[in-house]
Amino acid sequence: MAEEVSRKPYVRAMTWRWIVRHPRYVRYMAREFSCLFIGGWTLLLVWGLQQLAEGPAAWAAFLECLKSPASIVFHVLALGFAAYHSITWFNLTPKALPLQLGERFVPDAAIAGAHLGAWAALSLVILYLAGAF
Amino acid sequence: MAISNKPLVWGPFAAGGTLTAFLTPALILLTLLAALGHAPDLLAYERLHAFAGHWLAKLALAGVVFLSLWSAAHRLRITCYDLGVRADTVVATILYAGALAGTGASVLYLMRM
Repeated sequence: MAEEVSRKPYVRAMTWRWIVRHPRYVRYMAREFSCLFIGGWTLLLVWGLQQLAEGPAAWAAFLECLKSPASIVFHVLALGFAAYHSITWFNLTPKALPLQLGERFVPDAAIAGAHLGAWAALSLVILYLAGAF
Repeated sequence: MAISNKPLVWGPFAAGGTLTAFLTPALILLTLLAALGHAPDLLAYERLHAFAGHWLAKLALAGVVFLSLWSAAHRLRITCYDLGVRADTVVATILYAGALAGTGASVLYLMRM
């Protein structure tokens, strides 16, 4: 008869506190928390579509709601987090899409730089087409 | 070999991450301008309603909503795990269902235009 083994696996307690142990963890979490703002803004977009489908009066009320102080604070934070998501995402593209030309690999900075440049250009095109300036 | 649903979950996350990286900051800037009282021309009711009335724009808007919500849901699921929430199946079900519900609602509203 085998020796009786009491299995009592050690489960390390996990809290949120590891985040603040190193600046790298804080940056990682800032990147991950961008999803709250991108998701939140997208839900705002869904609400906007509902108001737009409702008619001119509902749409005007929606635009009025956007002007509340809470909405302005949310928008400023969302813009910051969304831009942080873009920068971190494009800085990772050389890892996801390494590009080989002949014998050599295209430098990481060139791949990330091309994406960042395309992002800037596309943003300007969107703002221009929407009549922001 | 066990069948994995990882690619199914991860595919839209990667696509959504790329899409939101390219589009979302500019789109947020548009509603931020409106919030500050300088609404861009596109956000005028007549123009936006006409824009959203085109089938191609409907398709694009529904696509943006789905990929943005899905990638945000996936990231939030991983973040919950990182923060010590171990009920991954429950979290994942709620978040992915929420993303699909949001997409369904937006499709419904777009069909009315």
